[in-house]
Amino acid sequence: MERPLTQNISADRPPFNLKDYVAHGGYRSVEKALKSMTPQEITKTVQDSDLKGRGGAGFNTGMKWSFVQMTETPQDKYLVANADEMEPGTFKDRLLLEGDPHQLIEGMIVSAFAIQANKSYVFLRWAYKKAARIIKQAIDEAYEAGYLGKNILGTGYDLEMYLHTGVGRYMCGEETALLNALEGKRATPRAKPPFPQISGLFGKPTIVNNVETLCNVPHIINNGSDWFKSLSIGSDSGTKLYGISGHVNKPGIWELPMGTPIRELIDKHAGGMKNGYRFRGLLPGGASTDFLVEEHLDVAMDYKSIALAGSRMGTGTMIILDDKTCPVGFVHNLEHFFAQESCGWCTPCREGLPWTEKILLSIESGNGRSEDLDLLEMHADFLGPGNTFCALAPGAMEPLQSGLKYFREDFEKHIELKKCPWR
Amino acid sequence: MAKIYIDKKPFEVAAGKNLLEACLTLGINLPYFCWHPAMGSVGACRQCAVKLFKDDQDDKGRLVMSCMESVKDDLYLSVMDPQAKAFRAQIIEWLMTNHPHDCAVCDEGGSCHLQDMTVMTGHTYRRFNYQKRTYKNQYLGPFINHEMNRCIQCYRCVRFYKDYAGGDDLDVFAAHDDIYFGRAQDGILENEFSGNLAEVCPTGVFTDKTLKQHYTRKWDMTMAPSICQHCSVGCNIIAGERYGELRQITSRYNGDVNGYFICDRGRFGYEFVNSINRIQVPLIRGKVPEASKKTELYDHLQNILTGKLIGIGSPRASLESNFALRKLVGKENFYQGVSKSQAKLTGVILDIYNSGQFHIPSVKDIEESDFILILGEDLTNSAPRLALAVRQAVIKTAMEEGKSIHLPDWHSAALREYIQEDKGELQIFYPIKTKLDGIASTIEYLSPDDIARLGFYIAANLKGETVQADNQKLTEISKDICELVKKAKKPLIISGCSLGNENIIKAAANIASSLKSKTVNPRLCFVVPECNSIGMAMMEAKSFEEISDDNSLDTLLILENDLERISGKNDSDKLYSSFKNVIAIDPLHHSGTQKASVVIPCGTFAEADGTIINYEGRAQNFLQVFMPKNEFIRESWRWLDDFRQIKEGTSIDELNEKDNLLEELVSEMPQFKGVENSSPDSDFRIEGQKIPREPHRYSGRTAIQANIDVSEPKPPEDIDTPLSFTMEGYKGIPPSPLIPFFWSPGWNSVQSINKYQIEVGGALHGGNPGKRLFNGIQSHEIKYDSSFLETHKLKEDEFEIIPLPHIFGSEELSNYSEAIQQRIPDPYIAISKMDAEQLNISEGENLSLQVNESQYQLKTIVKDEMPAGIAGIPLNIPGLQGLKLPATGTLKNEKQ
Repeated sequence: MERPLTQNISADRPPFNLKDYVAHGGYRSVEKALKSMTPQEITKTVQDSDLKGRGGAGFNTGMKWSFVQMTETPQDKYLVANADEMEPGTFKDRLLLEGDPHQLIEGMIVSAFAIQANKSYVFLRWAYKKAARIIKQAIDEAYEAGYLGKNILGTGYDLEMYLHTGVGRYMCGEETALLNALEGKRATPRAKPPFPQISGLFGKPTIVNNVETLCNVPHIINNGSDWFKSLSIGSDSGTKLYGISGHVNKPGIWELPMGTPIRELIDKHAGGMKNGYRFRGLLPGGASTDFLVEEHLDVAMDYKSIALAGSRMGTGTMIILDDKTCPVGFVHNLEHFFAQESCGWCTPCREGLPWTEKILLSIESGNGRSEDLDLLEMHADFLGPGNTFCALAPGAMEPLQSGLKYFREDFEKHIELKKCPWR
Repeated sequence: MAKIYIDKKPFEVAAGKNLLEACLTLGINLPYFCWHPAMGSVGACRQCAVKLFKDDQDDKGRLVMSCMESVKDDLYLSVMDPQAKAFRAQIIEWLMTNHPHDCAVCDEGGSCHLQDMTVMTGHTYRRFNYQKRTYKNQYLGPFINHEMNRCIQCYRCVRFYKDYAGGDDLDVFAAHDDIYFGRAQDGILENEFSGNLAEVCPTGVFTDKTLKQHYTRKWDMTMAPSICQHCSVGCNIIAGERYGELRQITSRYNGDVNGYFICDRGRFGYEFVNSINRIQVPLIRGKVPEASKKTELYDHLQNILTGKLIGIGSPRASLESNFALRKLVGKENFYQGVSKSQAKLTGVILDIYNSGQFHIPSVKDIEESDFILILGEDLTNSAPRLALAVRQAVIKTAMEEGKSIHLPDWHSAALREYIQEDKGELQIFYPIKTKLDGIASTIEYLSPDDIARLGFYIAANLKGETVQADNQKLTEISKDICELVKKAKKPLIISGCSLGNENIIKAAANIASSLKSKTVNPRLCFVVPECNSIGMAMMEAKSFEEISDDNSLDTLLILENDLERISGKNDSDKLYSSFKNVIAIDPLHHSGTQKASVVIPCGTFAEADGTIINYEGRAQNFLQVFMPKNEFIRESWRWLDDFRQIKEGTSIDELNEKDNLLEELVSEMPQFKGVENSSPDSDFRIEGQKIPREPHRYSGRTAIQANIDVSEPKPPEDIDTPLSFTMEGYKGIPPSPLIPFFWSPGWNSVQSINKYQIEVGGALHGGNPGKRLFNGIQSHEIKYDSSFLETHKLKEDEFEIIPLPHIFGSEELSNYSEAIQQRIPDPYIAISKMDAEQLNISEGENLSLQVNESQYQLKTIVKDEMPAGIAGIPLNIPGLQGLKLPATGTLKNEKQ
């Protein structure tokens, strides 16, 4: 089985420096792309590969790039790697950042060339201190070796790359809020349209891609779109970093073919549920995705199949709920996070999320009333997509609405018993 | 125009607007918070949700924010859709989760947009049964009160204060449901437009602190349409009274002048009306007691008024009052109440305006200029509302670029993100830094004469004439400016009287002339010192400093003017002593009323009707706000009309003189043609009714005087205007010059302005008020001689002492307000770094200034940017009046 993204990553040693990375075939895609391909050809190849955004939205990456206008005269444009990984339960980008930094840089160079950007940023989560050190060193090495800076590999193409560490806001994972933060402004989202491809960083055309997405690019350029498609066993292309946390025997992260079934992930790779714990449900792709339950265990983990099952692929790193954990407390914990991470820009999110959090806490502590469930339903309904300014609140509602759907009797029991049955 | 369907009914609406604007323009009540007609949309509050359908077959639809969707042909939307209605009510419930239940004691109650919108959405019972969030409030200075618990986080305050007005000391802090709008720490809000926060804030977070000192509900005030008296812009205001005290000034929307906003001097400078320094009764000096009854006064005047009379008018008195004085004393005996040098400046400006060569821009026109050149004005301090307009102009010019990516005009947030720091062309030439420097593309700190020089160079360069320049630097700058201005479609030149330099004004006119020969129609306007300076100048009179020195002079009448403030003590004393009698007509005591032999109290703008002419030649009416209990507080023109009848020996009739005065004024001086039509005549009625100054909820009318008489008195009559001093009368929307307050059913706050506009954010029904008197008929060419360039040299130890206007402190009347007083700078003298070194003086040390035979000890401020050879002192602030600036003076470091 091919594992292009993690082929260089080993827990037993530090990540490859530039020399070792090149020795293992690194930076070949830069040579190939800059010397023998046009930006349009690169974009076409990536588009054909059907590489979908690994940050959670799942939009075709090449298509996203194609919205950047290509002009005869040079224009200020930007490429930004979204490394603000802060989705609860998600730790996949961290592996790539800490394990193989040059892979990201290589992907960014090719991607920046494809949109003809001359400046690029890695927007890194504040808490990823180790990754910051590693990325910084790798960028320095890449400058040293001529992969970054002026006239890269003698092709006449220039690219600057900067590492920017945020201050630890979940909101910065939203690409437009990330751009505001990068400009030194409050991390509040921007209205779309205009999309960043038209008016992004500093008002210029900008592409923001997730770390895992960008790391796929060198391999697609090196091996072609058909190869990339052939990696998958599901309905979307490539491999995927899948993670599992919760009461399983071997929580962890694995690069597997896109479309690996959930059951295989849990039983084979995570070693099954821990002794004494029974599976009750899971969030397939981080905190902002809908619960899936027993009946969905044979669903393939790809964008299309998960959507059909009523949830979202999200980041592909799942959190498992077991029978020893209270689902109300579980959801309360998530809503506490979302309420705290709301940027405060729009009313429903700013005022609605704290309310749901307070209701959930009240139910969990035995003070719930039956009308509280109606209020939760109302929030799940009115905080839906389009009603709020960005996707934060709709995401926050996904575990709540599906929790109410699959575990309603547990909510009701709390109210009936005036206490949490798990305590 | 586009055809859209709202709840299945077809409507024709303006293209380029958003759906919220379209709905409001159609009169549909759709609630909103964060959108503001002058500031556009940001989509934050989510209050204006409507249902949008794909086509007429779609019955599911989706919720959208109407402020974030453009009007397009064949758009199907529903305002009444149950889900949309429920969502809008839910937004209010969310906002209310933390909002205090203090409406009954809240300053905003009764004129609160949040109250109105809450009622509109139908939200009643709260379901949130947890603790409310609470905040600490801040001290924000003398103007604005802060009560953060009422905040609904609509972001309007910071968008106005930072983005619109350029302030940098108010911001939003923290995140999620903790966000806080305030300063980094307690302190005075420094922006000159901070008072607008009270109107921009949809609830009671930011409120008028001066109103709080003598609080009255909006519905309990007697209100009238008025004009700000504190600079030459002529912002339209609403003034409100209760118990004989002026309580509050708010902006009165006029799409061509101030729009929604006024400056803090205008909003908070009203307390002179309530001052203990008001003259209450006529005084005859030497009589015991001095206070006199009307009959005593008239008997006394009978002897005086028969002699030779000289009258001095006032640039801050109405046309009616000035003209009534002129009628009384005779044309040849009427003088302008301004210095000789000032009369010269306004004379030149009048000549330029009369030439008909240039478009004299309104404030709105200024906002729509794509190249602005400011010669010798610090607009933020001399005509603040124009500075705010200039801010919008440079941003709007940059925002034009947004069209290239199809961004609509209303999409404020996206436009600002797209243009980032880009600005339109703004060039400022002034001796020191000004607040507009931050948005200017070229700034040069020059002496007044150099500003004029540069102006003349630019004018010559534009015409392709060779410049006899001895100053290389100025020549270079002038070339650069010429290149820039060539690209402009709507170039604007702003200059004015602030530096007292005639050549700057002439240079500005020459530039405009040169541009005109290049086929662009240049805009040109001048800032003048007082609210009616242009009207005064149009009176065709000499300065009072030119009153001849013969001994045959009997009686001098001084109208609403403190001459000592203009000419200094010596000169004004001399003038007073050359007359047998001096009659001072003034609302306030000052040095002149102390010296006058007869003192007549008169009404301020709040107790009088009148017409004044602003910087652009727009005649505007201010209407009496209330009838003072004191029968002596009358309009100056009413007194003067009585005096004329006394002089002529006829019986005194109280006629409806206001209309007649303006008609007579026009027939005697045709240059005023138009003023008589600036507002409907006093006999104007709608459906036979007058327009009430009091809202229909006005309370306490039967009790308000119960301590005097339990019978309700007959309300005072207003014979001068179509307005009444009662709550009864026409309830609809009156003609635009007669709007005493904005109110519409369900819209108690100032947001009800929507209902008074033809199109939301546009002109008022019937057109914006005011009548422009300069009609642009071309009469003569303008080209001024620049030969002064070679002359005028100072002696070695001399300085040119120039006046530096201050928004707080330089204007006489506003200085009576306690709140304003807290913002007046201490006296100082500003000198250049080079001169400071020469004089061996450092910042904060005392410098001795000798100017016009007077000596002052002033604290030194060293300005790095200032050119050498000039020294600036704050214009007319208390303690530094009557200096006759600009003047030549000497500076001495006393410690040496």
